[in-house]
Amino acid sequence: MSELAINHCSKYFKKDAINFCAVQPITMHVESGQFISIIGPSGCGKSTLFNMIAGLERPSEGEITLSGMPITGETGHVGYMLQKDLLLPWRTILDNVIIALEIRGMSRKEARQRAIPMLQKYGLGGFERDHPDALSGGMRQRAGLIRTLLDDKQVILFDEPFGALDAQTRLQMQNWLLKIWNEFKKTVLFVTHDIDEAIYLSDEIYVFTKRPGRIKAKVQVDLARPRNETTMMEARFLQLKRELLLMLNEERPHPEFDGNEGDAHGG
Amino acid sequence: MKVMPMAGKTKAPSPGLFIEDRSRRAKRIRRRAIIGQMAIGLLILVLWEGCTRFGWLDSYYWSSPSTIVRVGWQAVVHGSLLSDLAYTSGATILGFIAGTLIGSAIGLSFWWSELYSRITEPYMIAINAIPKLALAPVLVIMFGIGFDSKVVLAFLMTVIVAAIAAYSGVCNIDKDLEKMLISLGAKRHHVFLKVVVPSSIPWMVSTLKINISLALAGTIVGEFISSRQGIGRMILYAGQVLDIDLVWVGVVVLSFLSIVMYLGTVWLERLLMRGRTPKS
Ligand SMILES: Nc1ncnc2c1ncn2[C@@H]1O[C@H](COP(=O)(O)OP(=O)(O)O)[C@@H](O)[C@H]1O
Ligand SMILES: [Mg+2]
Repeated sequence: MSELAINHCSKYFKKDAINFCAVQPITMHVESGQFISIIGPSGCGKSTLFNMIAGLERPSEGEITLSGMPITGETGHVGYMLQKDLLLPWRTILDNVIIALEIRGMSRKEARQRAIPMLQKYGLGGFERDHPDALSGGMRQRAGLIRTLLDDKQVILFDEPFGALDAQTRLQMQNWLLKIWNEFKKTVLFVTHDIDEAIYLSDEIYVFTKRPGRIKAKVQVDLARPRNETTMMEARFLQLKRELLLMLNEERPHPEFDGNEGDAHGG
Repeated sequence: MKVMPMAGKTKAPSPGLFIEDRSRRAKRIRRRAIIGQMAIGLLILVLWEGCTRFGWLDSYYWSSPSTIVRVGWQAVVHGSLLSDLAYTSGATILGFIAGTLIGSAIGLSFWWSELYSRITEPYMIAINAIPKLALAPVLVIMFGIGFDSKVVLAFLMTVIVAAIAAYSGVCNIDKDLEKMLISLGAKRHHVFLKVVVPSSIPWMVSTLKINISLALAGTIVGEFISSRQGIGRMILYAGQVLDIDLVWVGVVVLSFLSIVMYLGTVWLERLLMRGRTPKS
């Protein structure tokens, strides 16, 4: 059975008295342990889709299930990471990563004991007592992911998590994420602008159309794992990249119709 | 000056090499500033003393530092200066604590309901606009000429300022932080305790210094209106019997009290802002 199922979910907003479609009905079934990427033009509704899965926004129609259990409109079932690290600046790194455990009612002491080995194992040893502003962007994103891992959800959503990092750091983070994904066997949904990143990380890539978004294509990434930097030079990698690039180019909004491509249902 | 080699990192630099050391420069400036500040203070005292002693300033109005110390000492030994000081500072500190805590609680409570905060906001602004000191006579009638009316005045002076500060904190919360916590399954009370309160602390802290002096002003006006104790009452009484030296003693004591309480809020601010960079 698929782990996460999105059944015919769409999202409408009302803007200036007109119903405005942000996401067209989407159906997606994600198997347990898969790494899925979503690419598409900006504004096509990727973040809106994630907000619906995370329960922060209610879909206009459709249903979301996790292991067969309906979770539509409910928070706390999946992990969610954004481009902003969203660490609490007044807390140390250690106290930041335990926040989900604290919310669940675990004592700080016990939560810290559980978090310290994680921080040490995944590259943040020695930073436990530092505040986020003392860390680099990459290190802060690591802390953000460890916070999500300690929350221990099977499915994790990533919304352009490495978008603000420089190329060098981003590659490091991608390798680090692959390692963690492999060790923890999580199911990952990953939104990115970066085609290389999508191919390098994923089992499967969903390409979205421009707004209002729907699934345009589903591309299997049949590259062997484990992957490393040389994977990016393989002929198959470049072939996939070419395919995806052409698909995305078709979705570039035409400048003369700019801002008018939304589906307007009279209101 | 001997140059220490940096252990293991570099070879010993040749003597005469210019080594930039900003911390030493900063330390030197700090030391010189303190010396300069003390020199100016001393100069003012000497000029004041000299001018009144040689008759360039009328010592009847201006008193003089030595007289103030002498009269002040008498007020301590024979009068009630110390218990007056305790009375005034006690009312100020109690009013300040109550005003800050209750005001902050009011400001933070606006986070819970947008409707409630929208309805209340204009009244907060209106209450803030009332010159509360002008209400002092009414308050003294309501709460009596004792300690209570002073505390109430100090409280009223601070409560709205604290509420507005906490509310600004609430308005400036990063919505994404709330969203992150909610996505982790947090309930509203978790968001309140783990995000709203801590992220508003810098705003609340930023008004402590203003509020302690507002509280002191409230207490003193209360004592001016009607009181049996307090530095404010002592000054009023001394003025009425034309004991201007004693008025000066009161002013100097209040200045010291004000400085001490200011330093107290600086310490409190440090305590509350531990591990954070202050709000710019
Ligand atoms: N709360 C909202 N109210 C109105 N419009 C919204 C809201 N959230 C998103 N949108 C609109 O929906 C569209 C999709 O946004 P988003 O999901 O952020 O796109 P993406 O993440 O793919 O860049 C955008 O046009 C955006 O302006
Ligand atoms: Mg987005």
